[in-house]
Amino acid sequence: MTKAKEGSPAATNRTAVERKSDRELLVTRTFDAPARIVFEAWSKPELFQRWWIPKSVELTLLSCDMDVRTGGTYRLVFSHPASDQPMAFFGTYREVIPQKRIVWTNEESDEGAVTTVTFEEDAGKTRVTLHERYPTTAALDEALAGSAEGLPEQFAQLDALLATGW
Amino acid sequence: MVHYQARLDATFAALSDVTRRGVLEQLGGSDASISDLAQRFHMSLTGMKKHVSVLEQAGLVTTEKVGRVRTCRLGRRRLEEEAAWIERHHQLWSARFDALDKLVETLKRKEKADDQGKRR
Repeated sequence: MTKAKEGSPAATNRTAVERKSDRELLVTRTFDAPARIVFEAWSKPELFQRWWIPKSVELTLLSCDMDVRTGGTYRLVFSHPASDQPMAFFGTYREVIPQKRIVWTNEESDEGAVTTVTFEEDAGKTRVTLHERYPTTAALDEALAGSAEGLPEQFAQLDALLATGW
Repeated sequence: MVHYQARLDATFAALSDVTRRGVLEQLGGSDASISDLAQRFHMSLTGMKKHVSVLEQAGLVTTEKVGRVRTCRLGRRRLEEEAAWIERHHQLWSARFDALDKLVETLKRKEKADDQGKRR
């Protein structure tokens, strides 16, 4: 059975987001390419930075250091028009299995999630499953409380912005 | 924070059941009495009362008794909080993955062109 009543078909069968438990978020999407290519786009900094930051969020990437191997670290530094200080996102790759799986920590806060992304290839397509696990329900509660304040309006224009491409 | 956590636990417990999710979906369309819901989900009145009470304790549903009929409706604020959270993640990841999709297409085409170039 299809969920015809929920928006356009493109919106429903592309990126699926599901809350798996009080501490976990699951995001899935299938890409029409072998795992080798999807993994490459995820693990090479020069490619990664071409898709990671939604254009609508007004973040400018100042630097992007990624050492994608088990035990390696990453550090992304952004500037935002509303802030004088640059913001850094950083952490450690706990496990990297080329074309199969990447696990990393988010260490900018004590309550950062551990993210696991897996790549499963089937008949030339790759199913990407991203799993975020927060250390405590409180950490996820804060994320929840933060987003309850309202959605940024600029997200509405996302599709149009992304369609213009890079 | 502990209170909030308990509330969240109750929400997830409430949402873990397929009938209760169905009830929320129904109530999303229109308010309904417990007997309406029992009928719609082919369930005894007592069974449906239990489900509604779990949803009510989680703050997902409110009920009001008028005469002999208990009417159920969605507990708005709470659902909106949950929905906003999911929606925000959905927008972020859709945006990222749409861009990744394009990049992957480009890489694929490039690889193909390189292959053909080599063969020539």
